[in-house]
Amino acid sequence: MTLLRAEGLSKSFGKTQALDGAGISIRAGEVVAVMGPSGSGKSTLLHCIAGILPPDSGTVHYRDQDLTAMNDSTRSELRRTEFGFVFQFGQLVPELTCLENVALPLRLSGMKRKDAERAATDWLARLEVEDVAGQRPGETSGGQGQRVAVARALVTAPKVIFADEPTGALDSLNGERVMHLLTTAARETGAAVVLVTHEARVAAYSDREVVVRDGRSRDVEFAR
Amino acid sequence: MNTPGVYMMCIVAPMSIGHALLGLLEGGPRHGYDLKRAYDERFGQDRPLHYGQVYSTLSRLLKNGFVTDAGVEAGDGPERKRYAITDAGVTDVERWLSTPEKPEPYLQNTLYAKVVLALLSGRSAADVLDTQRSAHLDTMRELTRRKSDGDLADQLICDFALFHLEADLRWLELTAARIDQLAVEVNR
Repeated sequence: MTLLRAEGLSKSFGKTQALDGAGISIRAGEVVAVMGPSGSGKSTLLHCIAGILPPDSGTVHYRDQDLTAMNDSTRSELRRTEFGFVFQFGQLVPELTCLENVALPLRLSGMKRKDAERAATDWLARLEVEDVAGQRPGETSGGQGQRVAVARALVTAPKVIFADEPTGALDSLNGERVMHLLTTAARETGAAVVLVTHEARVAAYSDREVVVRDGRSRDVEFAR
Repeated sequence: MNTPGVYMMCIVAPMSIGHALLGLLEGGPRHGYDLKRAYDERFGQDRPLHYGQVYSTLSRLLKNGFVTDAGVEAGDGPERKRYAITDAGVTDVERWLSTPEKPEPYLQNTLYAKVVLALLSGRSAADVLDTQRSAHLDTMRELTRRKSDGDLADQLICDFALFHLEADLRWLELTAARIDQLAVEVNR
């Protein structure tokens, strides 16, 4: 079942055209690697299909909803309830403990502190970082921090996880650990993963790849 | 696992000379010496063809119907038989270009030849690279699965192969980024 489908996406930043008619199709539960050289437009494509950036033209459909036609608050609500995000540098809130960081999306959705922290504790354990629950992000290693970020992305049981170079700041061993835990957890929960990476060994954790070059994408599934 | 042995086989395994000669014949009929010179110039920097290889390959291609006798070249020197590619030969080149190589180390000679011949014949070199990237990633996915399910020895053996395949992929990406520049060079 197609979960997310973007067509004819174009996006420019000033005189620089980042996307030039790109398209992509994501099925429920699959892990798709978006690959391409630096500056090819792959991160812009991810930001557009995740509803973070509005495209200049083109459409993004999540199930039967058109993200490009939504107002900001509806799109924010969709992002918070249906999507999870993992970025290259965790982007955890430095003042909160790791446990509070993971519980934060649930608290923002109105869940009681006790219930949110119980769910967060469970996810920290699944990502094998329960021992840093009481520490602040600055007190953890890069690999630990990124696993906390993955736990935060998964705690709301999202349907799609968007991961932009999630191992870009990690060494090979920690990067592989994060990818293994991220894809294993996503497959267990049935979440689709859109994984932007320029590293082939990271892309090898995916089910298939979409190549972006000069703002255009090559997606075999999209043509079907 | 006898890794050095496996890699030595990969290093010395020759690229498909027959397909390279067929690809060169797509530009027009040539005689054997001319083909050897064109091959050596483009692909034989480290390993030029022997005359024997050229003529035995042409003889096999003739027998299989991939080339045909295109008459004798007139000139001051000795008579030289010319060969032309047949429709079956063109189909065979098409099939070869569109079929990815089995991902293994030290493929660069064959991949480079495919890219150059695609550019020379006006086909899509980007398609050749994309098809190969996809085949490489499929193999890397299989190795990654084996790694996840295996013990430490499996993980280390798979890592060895994964790093080599990743190096191939980096070359593919770099070549893709330089394809326009290469097209100008080969068609000069």
